[in-house]
Amino acid sequence: MNDTPSVAIDPVKNTASAPPKPIAEFWSYFKENRGALTGLYVFIAICLMAIFADFVAPHAPNQQYREFFLVPPFWQDGGSLQFLLGTDAVGRDIFSRLVYGARYSLIIGVIVVVLSLTLGIALGLIAAFFRGVTEISIMRMMDIMLALPSLLLAVVIVAILGPGLFNAMLAISIVYLPHLVRLTRAAAINELSKDYVTASRVSGAGPMRLMVISVLPNCMAPLIVQATLSFSSAILDAAALGFLGMGAQPPTPEWGTMLAEAREFVLRAWWVVTFPGIAILVTVLALNLLGDGLRDALDPKLKRQ
Amino acid sequence: MLRFFLTRVALVIPTFVGITLLTFAMIRLVPGDPIELLAGERGVTPERHAELRASYGFDKPVLEQYWIYVNNILHGDLGNSIVTRQPVVNEFFTLFPATVELSICAMLFAVFIGLPVGVLAAVRRGSVFDHTVMGAALTGYSMPIFWWGLLLIIFFSGILGWTPVSGRISLLYFFEPVTGFMLIDSLLSGEDGAFTSAVSHLILPTIVLGTIPLAVIARQTRSAMLEVLGEDYVRTARAKGLAPRRVIGVHALRNALIPVITVIGLQVGVLFAGAVLTETIFSWPGIGKWLIDSISRRDYPSVQGGILLIATTVILVNLAVDLVYGLINPRIRYRR
Repeated sequence: MNDTPSVAIDPVKNTASAPPKPIAEFWSYFKENRGALTGLYVFIAICLMAIFADFVAPHAPNQQYREFFLVPPFWQDGGSLQFLLGTDAVGRDIFSRLVYGARYSLIIGVIVVVLSLTLGIALGLIAAFFRGVTEISIMRMMDIMLALPSLLLAVVIVAILGPGLFNAMLAISIVYLPHLVRLTRAAAINELSKDYVTASRVSGAGPMRLMVISVLPNCMAPLIVQATLSFSSAILDAAALGFLGMGAQPPTPEWGTMLAEAREFVLRAWWVVTFPGIAILVTVLALNLLGDGLRDALDPKLKRQ
Repeated sequence: MLRFFLTRVALVIPTFVGITLLTFAMIRLVPGDPIELLAGERGVTPERHAELRASYGFDKPVLEQYWIYVNNILHGDLGNSIVTRQPVVNEFFTLFPATVELSICAMLFAVFIGLPVGVLAAVRRGSVFDHTVMGAALTGYSMPIFWWGLLLIIFFSGILGWTPVSGRISLLYFFEPVTGFMLIDSLLSGEDGAFTSAVSHLILPTIVLGTIPLAVIARQTRSAMLEVLGEDYVRTARAKGLAPRRVIGVHALRNALIPVITVIGLQVGVLFAGAVLTETIFSWPGIGKWLIDSISRRDYPSVQGGILLIATTVILVNLAVDLVYGLINPRIRYRR
């Protein structure tokens, strides 16, 4: 995680004598922020858990133990260490399902961020470079999408495409486009007025080179922050879609889908409902802390404080 | 002022046209034959198929279809639900008050807690209170509200038995809706305990739906207050010996409110999205639940009409916020 933001540091302020390396400078700001560090550590832990799910989880996620329906967590009467966080209504180990569920959430986050960032940056740069009709039509489209609440728009897109994890990710990526397009366009327009772009243009750089090599790296700071925040919202929204029955379908151990399955046991077996939610909350909270820390460390305006 | 007003109103029109294009395209983007979708699962004879095609206007050129569609919208006709055969507009506006009532309560909950808490956190910057509030706000902001609702049900309905689990009022009470707002209707009905029952049904959904706006408002108020408290006029007000209460309440808060009002306006969309989840959890008979039910019943005219009406509401509320913003902040009004 630590080397990606290096491209994002504004080169202009590194002209002072013996400037600190961008990564070192970023890290010196970032490590001051205890919340952001905690977020980073928790996030790394969740990533490790997801990668090594096969070793961490004591049971297979969809293995049903028919003699152990709705067993409570180990510290309650009737619970056992065999099922740390208890079992669900068909006798599956909740802890193992949560561990495997981390994979889904992280994959959802990565795919949504990659998809929406790629499309968003492309559209934003095009809007900034080719003014006129192209810009107006792109930005109007984004305004229309913003008129609909994001989850609602995602629900509609899933309704058109059909329910399922992939369509849910696609829908969420589309829904996140407007913010990214606006951010990219604003940052790119700001950069375009600077001398180095003119210099590059005068020396004969084509639009593709100008866009991708000259301008884009200098627009990355706000985009990286937005990407982290999109990562956490994507996990949250995908879980919400799963909860509404429009995301991942059972028996996938996706956290939102697990909650949807657990709904009817709300008053009978608290553990079936509680733990998937905690998993979502902890992951999203860690990412939001991380995002806040990144914003503070990358935003030159806030650095003075 | 008039010029500002008219420009803002004019800017809404292309967005609205875009929304109609989107909803118009929606029903045609759904995979499969629209007639078979509209006719339901029974299937239709070729003659009936052609007849339905003509009656829905699918045999006409697309441009003409769109023209008819927009024309109907402007006459308040959004088609009929496939399931109930009722006009979509009627269904929507029967359920709309339930969502509005819930949203208003959630917003009041968020504003009345979020504002003072945000102000206090800014005034006592760096204190334990400040850290607690900001931690809680970030947690609230990261909250999967559908899970939060279930947790509250477990605790308040399951363990303590204080609040009901679902619906708007106990089934013991029945009266004709007058305004559609249960709090008002239950008072008008004059039945003993009806109002209390309505309130008890409203508490948990209000908290659930208000959580994210509350977190956002508290954070925004705090940062806006911090910015304003560092301004020269605040120092001047303090220097001339005004009571701290007055400096904070009048000089600082008034100016800090401007960004906060924008954020409050932006929460309307969040409320609609949250209403979908909150209403599903609490079986609240509003448009959020109706929309999800319509999608699962593949009642596309209802989905289409519902989306159009929700988007229109959001656009109008945002417009209203913009105009209010111009009223309270002359700098916006006279820009360019």
